[in-house]
Amino acid sequence: MTTLDKLDAEALYAELLEGVRALLKPDAGLVGIWSGGAWLAERLQKDLGLPGAAGVISSTLHRDDFSQRGLAGGTAHTKLPFDVEGRHIVLVDDVLYTGRTIRAAVNELYDFGRPASVALAVLVDRGGRELPIAADCAPATIELAKGKRLSLARDDAGRFSFEIR
Amino acid sequence: MFGRRNPQLNSNDELIHLLSIEGLPASILEHILDTAGTFLSVNDRDVKKVPLLRGKSVFNLFFENSTRTRTTFEIAAKRLSADVINLDIARSSTAKGESLLDTIANLSAMHADMFVVRHGESGAPYLIAQHCAPHVHVVNAGDGRHSHPTQGLLDMYTIRHYKKDFRQLTVAIVGDIVHSRVARSDIHALTTLGAPEIRAVGPKTLVPGDLKEMGVRVCHDMAEGITGADVIIMLRLQNERMSGAMLPSAGEYFKTFGLSPEKLSLAKPDAIVMHPGPINRGVEIDSAVVDGLQSVILPQVTFGIAVRMAVMSIIAGNAP
Repeated sequence: MTTLDKLDAEALYAELLEGVRALLKPDAGLVGIWSGGAWLAERLQKDLGLPGAAGVISSTLHRDDFSQRGLAGGTAHTKLPFDVEGRHIVLVDDVLYTGRTIRAAVNELYDFGRPASVALAVLVDRGGRELPIAADCAPATIELAKGKRLSLARDDAGRFSFEIR
Repeated sequence: MFGRRNPQLNSNDELIHLLSIEGLPASILEHILDTAGTFLSVNDRDVKKVPLLRGKSVFNLFFENSTRTRTTFEIAAKRLSADVINLDIARSSTAKGESLLDTIANLSAMHADMFVVRHGESGAPYLIAQHCAPHVHVVNAGDGRHSHPTQGLLDMYTIRHYKKDFRQLTVAIVGDIVHSRVARSDIHALTTLGAPEIRAVGPKTLVPGDLKEMGVRVCHDMAEGITGADVIIMLRLQNERMSGAMLPSAGEYFKTFGLSPEKLSLAKPDAIVMHPGPINRGVEIDSAVVDGLQSVILPQVTFGIAVRMAVMSIIAGNAP
């Protein structure tokens, strides 16, 4: 298990790249969950030499905490530049925690068609799952207290780091 | 009409009812427009429905008839997965003598979550918002001459879609300004969003000089009003105005204030033409303009559904 202070986002990205390469089936589509996951998918798309742009998915419209949080989470658009129907999808996110965002993102994905399969790749699995959801690729696993928020940041040069609040 | 606090906002200054554009900050208007952009893309999906209002009941209370507005609210609520109940109030309980607040109390007992209200009296939606249960949200779908906020917002969405930035725009609103809740909502929204020049164009009987107090430039000459405009909003000329002493005749009105291709050529070459509908071809606007390249009247209808989805989902997500 990685410790918190050793969490090197760039090193983990290199591992994620190899993990996603292994997950990719022919004609697969990469879809990043907005916002951290979308940055990762964008870079993976390029580093894997995949044609076209990666998809971006927003979980806003399917969130289960709408009655508590409303639409405060933002109004990001889902943009899928390819047909979801019958395609193998690799869903990418920065941090896997309760699993609720993944549940919402998969529901959102289904509004566009029925994928042949959906795999999940994340940089970090921080435990604390509240739903039966697991990552197919997660270079780091850490334990983080419930109140802490871990998220990916991207600087102007496109380099990744982690923010903990 | 209301106390110091804006009754549309909760203690965190979040929108819980949409009663009027007046008094809402630009940040809330922009949040509604941004959210509407998200919902516009829902129409491109295989499944044109999102579950935000699943299990909620939206009651359409139209004390005054308006098939089009009611239908767009109904479509918007259904695309958010709400259950929609249409009540033809004008022909039912009120006709039997029930008071407005008794009607509302009864509907609340049926576990309504949201009321969409159209009423001939200005202020009726405020009254309802003040007397309904705290968890119930109210949307004004047009009250008297006062306000029609969702129409104002969809007009702003349309303008922003085609013109991007309000801060350089000259907007001409033409027609029966004094009786128009649409004009009033548009003027408040345009002012809040920073449009530098708003012109109210029409005859003296329909565009009185004291409109200047709303920060608009009053033009009784059509050519003056249209020249150099980026956006022209035509208002429907209500036939009942014609019968009174307010206007000479439909033909005369069209000649002076009707939007013909010749008059439109005075505006900027890329000016857009808007109209809240229903259109009276040949009364306030020429058929050739309605069907012309500068007309964005039908996109307004499409945007209207997305804007109403945004309003309903935003207020439903904010606690009292």
